[in-house]
Amino acid sequence: MNQQRRALLKYSAVFGLMASAGLISVAQAEEWNKAAFEGKSLDEVFKALGTGSSPDKSSAVTLNAPDIAENGAVVPVGITTTLKADQMAILVEKNPSTLAAQFFIPAGTEPFVTTRIKMGQTSNVYALVKADGKWSMAVKEIKVTLGGCGG
Amino acid sequence: MSDPMRIRAAEKDGVVDVKILMKHDMESGQRKDSSGKLIPAWFISSLNVKAQGKDVFNAHFGPAISKDPFLNFKYKGSKGDKIVVNWVDTKGDKRSDEATAT
Repeated sequence: MNQQRRALLKYSAVFGLMASAGLISVAQAEEWNKAAFEGKSLDEVFKALGTGSSPDKSSAVTLNAPDIAENGAVVPVGITTTLKADQMAILVEKNPSTLAAQFFIPAGTEPFVTTRIKMGQTSNVYALVKADGKWSMAVKEIKVTLGGCGG
Repeated sequence: MSDPMRIRAAEKDGVVDVKILMKHDMESGQRKDSSGKLIPAWFISSLNVKAQGKDVFNAHFGPAISKDPFLNFKYKGSKGDKIVVNWVDTKGDKRSDEATAT
């Protein structure tokens, strides 16, 4: 008998069991969108995310952020929406890489997220929301008095 | 292995408010060291949160997330939910921590 083959079969059986028991994360289903994260402009990121030309501005999307950030290394940014969002993203127009973060919202989780981002300079910040297959967005300019990139 | 995350999860009216503070430098790839050489990018790229074994939140980060990333979100859940947070960074380092909703 082929010992290696036996071992392999045994391992795959164990892996199958672990996956079905939820021990192995099936959550990495959505791949880290390399093209989107390496996008250097809004258009590149829009394209990589598949939003179409440019998402419509919507009053249903709210971007919670300060008008002025004293320290660009830590800028609190939050997105909320009344839409049934399954994806959200934060874009900073003038950062070296435009896309800061992308969030996946399963059913049962509220369309609400807050995080902290770095900003190199004063820039428009975009909150994107995908609901029912359609992207919408909100834009806000955040003034930065001290940059958070380089140094 | 990196330092543990701090996870707070508080239930109110059937909604669990989860706050996560990760410990990570989130090196952007833009900074230079004292000799003027670029420090290569090194940041958390993916984060997964499960409650009671079910996905409640997934995030993908770029280098523009602040050092020691903070994340706040809410999901429909209850007291005593077991919350497991996993992240992976661009060097393949991983970290997993648990908390219980109060």
